[in-house]
Amino acid sequence: MSVARVVCAWRAGRAGRATLAALAFATGAAVPALSELAAQDSRDRARDAPPVVVASKPFGESYLLAEMFAQLLESAGLAVTRRPGLGATEIAFTALRTDAIDVYPEYTGTGLVAVLRDSVTEAMRRDPRLAFDRVSREFPARFGVRWLPPLGFQNGYAIAVRRETAERLQLRTLSDVARRGRDLRAGFTSDFIGRGDGFAGLASAYGLAFKSVRPLAPAVKYEALATASVDIIDGYSTDGLLAKFDLVALDDDLHFFPPYEAAALVSPRLSRERPDAIAALARLSGRLTEADVREWNRRVEVVREPVATVARDALASLALAAPGATDLDGPVAEGTRGGAGFAEFFWARRLETLRLAGEHSVLVLVALAAAILLAVPLGVVLARVPGIAEGVMQVLGVLQTIPSIALLAFMIPLLGIGARPALVALWLYALLPIVRATYTGVHHADPDAVGAAEALGTTAWQRLWWVQVPLAAPVVLAGVRTAAVITVGAATLAAFIGAGGLGEPIVTGLGLADTRLVLSGAIPAALLAVIVDLALAGVERVVGPAHRRARRPQSAD
Amino acid sequence: MSLALDAESLRHAYAGVTALRGVSVSVRPGELLAVVGESGSGKTTLLRAFNRMVEPQSGTVRIGGENVRGIAPEQLRRRIGYVPQLGGLLPHWTVRRNVALVPRLIKAASPDAAAREALALVGLPAEQYGDRFPHELSGGQRQRVALARALAARQEVVLLDEPFGALDAISRSEVHDAFASIRRELRFTAILVTHDLSEAARLADSIAVMRDGLIEQVGSAHRLREQPATPYVAALLARAMAAGAALVTA
Repeated sequence: MSVARVVCAWRAGRAGRATLAALAFATGAAVPALSELAAQDSRDRARDAPPVVVASKPFGESYLLAEMFAQLLESAGLAVTRRPGLGATEIAFTALRTDAIDVYPEYTGTGLVAVLRDSVTEAMRRDPRLAFDRVSREFPARFGVRWLPPLGFQNGYAIAVRRETAERLQLRTLSDVARRGRDLRAGFTSDFIGRGDGFAGLASAYGLAFKSVRPLAPAVKYEALATASVDIIDGYSTDGLLAKFDLVALDDDLHFFPPYEAAALVSPRLSRERPDAIAALARLSGRLTEADVREWNRRVEVVREPVATVARDALASLALAAPGATDLDGPVAEGTRGGAGFAEFFWARRLETLRLAGEHSVLVLVALAAAILLAVPLGVVLARVPGIAEGVMQVLGVLQTIPSIALLAFMIPLLGIGARPALVALWLYALLPIVRATYTGVHHADPDAVGAAEALGTTAWQRLWWVQVPLAAPVVLAGVRTAAVITVGAATLAAFIGAGGLGEPIVTGLGLADTRLVLSGAIPAALLAVIVDLALAGVERVVGPAHRRARRPQSAD
Repeated sequence: MSLALDAESLRHAYAGVTALRGVSVSVRPGELLAVVGESGSGKTTLLRAFNRMVEPQSGTVRIGGENVRGIAPEQLRRRIGYVPQLGGLLPHWTVRRNVALVPRLIKAASPDAAAREALALVGLPAEQYGDRFPHELSGGQRQRVALARALAARQEVVLLDEPFGALDAISRSEVHDAFASIRRELRFTAILVTHDLSEAARLADSIAVMRDGLIEQVGSAHRLREQPATPYVAALLARAMAAGAALVTA
C-alpha cells in the first residue's frame, strides 16, 4: 500500500530528525553557531518537511472545507496528503490527537459536546464566541490540539420539513412544531436520537412529541423525507440538500442547539513544528459566510460537481488562490456530475473502480493470509489441548463482537490511520472462523479411523499429519471461505480510517447522499465477495482429498 | 509361532463406573478366545487392556510372558493386529495404503508387497482392489481390508472388537468362512469380542462369558452348554439355543 509506505517513511523521517535534534541539543551548548544552524533548519524545513495530512469527516461540507485547506496549503508551496472521509468524530479526532493526521474541519458544538462532554451553557447558546473560547482553551491543555480562529460561519442542526408541510401547518419555528406538529413522523440520524444534546434534550426543551420517531441513515434521510416516508428530519443549516429537496429549516427559537462554528482543528505536531502551515490555513479564518458555504455545498451535493473544482472556485472567489493552480483529485473527481445514468457513471469510473478493487483485494488477501498463518496452527494446537480450546475461542469470539468501526478506532492510537491498522483489524476478525473450523475439523476427524490408527501403533504426530489434518482439510477450507467473505465485507469499513479500497466510494457516497457513488463501491464489493467465494470453492475441489473426488461404482461382494 | 496372552486380576473403572472387577484370563498360543457379554459387561475394556489402549488401574497383562507395561505402547500395538467394528479404515487412503500402514510403521522392506500378500489372503486381489478407496467397497469388503491390515505385518496377536457385528447376515457368514480359513493358515493368537454366541461358537476355541466386569465362566461352547457354572450362563445358552432352534425349524 503506497499510502502506508508514505506514512511509514515520514514517521521514520521524523524519528530520525528528533534524534538529530537531541544530539545537536546535547552538544549544542558548546557550539556558538547553533542559532545559525537553527535558522538554516527552518529554511530547510518547508522543503524537506513531510506532507501536511489534511483529512475530513464523511459528509459533503467536511470534504469541501478539507479540500479548501489542502489547496490553500499547496498554493503556499507545501506538500499535502489528502485523507478525506475518516469515520466519524471519534476516528478523525483520535487520528488528529495522535498526529496521524494534521488538520481537519470541526465545529465548536461538536468539540464541546462530543469531545469534551461539556454541557452547553445558556450564555454560549446566545454568544457563539463563548463556546469557541471554551474549546480553544480546553483542547490545547487536554489534547495538545489547537483550534484556529473560526472560518466565519455556523453549521448547526437544522430541523427540516417539506415546504408543503410547513405551509399546511404554518410551521416556521420549533415552537410551532411543538404546538401543531404532533401528527408528524420523524426520521432522525441515530446519532441525533442518542445524544443528550440531540432529540431527547430538544423534545424536553420544546415539549415536542411526534407520531413516530425512526432512526435513519444520513444517506437516506432526505429521500425518505422527499418521498413522504417521514415528515420531519434533522439536517444541517448549510446543507446543500435542503435546497435540493426544497425543504424548510425551522428556526431554533429557544436557542436549544449549541453553536456550531466551523474552524480548522490542528494536530499537536503541526501546531508545534509547522508555523508555515498554520499561517497558510489561518488565511481562511473569518472569510466564509453561511450563504457562500450553502451555495458551495449545493454545487457539491446537488449539482455533483467535483469537490476539487468547487474548492478551487471558492478560494478564487476569496482571492486566496490562483485559479487552476491545483490538481483535481478530489474524492468525487471523475464522472460524478449530475444527470448521467448509472451505467454511464459506472463506466466513467471503471479505472478508479479497478484501482479500488485492487486495493481492496490486497487488504483482504494480506489479512486473510496472515490469519491463516496463525489460525490454522492455533486450531491444530487447540485440538491437541482441548482443555484450553473453549477459553481461547471465547476470547476470539469477544473480539468478533466488537463493532468493526470501534475496533478500527482502537487501532488508531497504536497504528495511526491507513492500511496498517485496517489490516490488523481485518486480521483479528478473520481469526475466529478459521480457528474454529480447524479445531472442529481436527478434533472431530472420523473417530473410527483415528482410533484404529492409534490402536495399530501410530504416534500422535503421525495421526495428526496422516489422518486428522487431511480429514480436517475440507472443514478448514470452509472456514477460510467464511473468513474470506467476511473480510471482503469488513474491508469496506476500512475506508473510514483511510485505508482505501471499495469502501471509499461507499463512505463518500453515504456522506454526500449520492446513491450512485455508494453503489459504485457496493456492487463491486459484493461481486468481489462472490468471486472470492467461488475461487475458494474451486480450490476446495482441486486440493480436496482424493477420496472425495473419486467416484466409482460400488462393486458387489 | 504365536504368543500366549494372559490377564491377571484386572481392575478398572471409568469416572466411577466399574468396568473390570478382577478379571483373569489366559489364551494359549494360536488359540482364539471369544469374549461374549452384554453391552457394559467390560468385554471391550478387557480387549483394549492387551494393546494398552486401556491401562487397568491394577492387575497385570502379559504377551508371550512379557508384561505389556514394559513395552512402549506404539511398539506393542505394532505387534498386535486390531479390527474394530466399523473397520476404522482411513477414508482418504487407498486400500493398498491402508493395508501397508503397519509394515510402513515398522519399516518393513516392502510395505506394498506385504499389503499385496495380505490382500490376497483375505480374497481381495491388490490388482483389482488396491487403488480403491474404502467408500468404494461393500461393508464386507471393508471388514476384510481391515482384517488384511491387521495381518499385513505378520502380527502374532490379533484383537477383534465386534468386527462382523455391523454386517448383514449373508456378508457375515461369508466373512466368517474367510476368517476361519485364514486362521487355519496363520495360527495367530486372537481375542474376539462379540455379542453373538453362535459366532463365538463357530470361530472360537474357547468362550469367556462376562457380566458386570467379571468372567462368569470360560470354556468350550460344548462345556458351557453342558456344565454352565452360573444361572446367568445357563440362561444365556438356553436363549441362544432357542434362537438357533427357531432358525432350524423355521
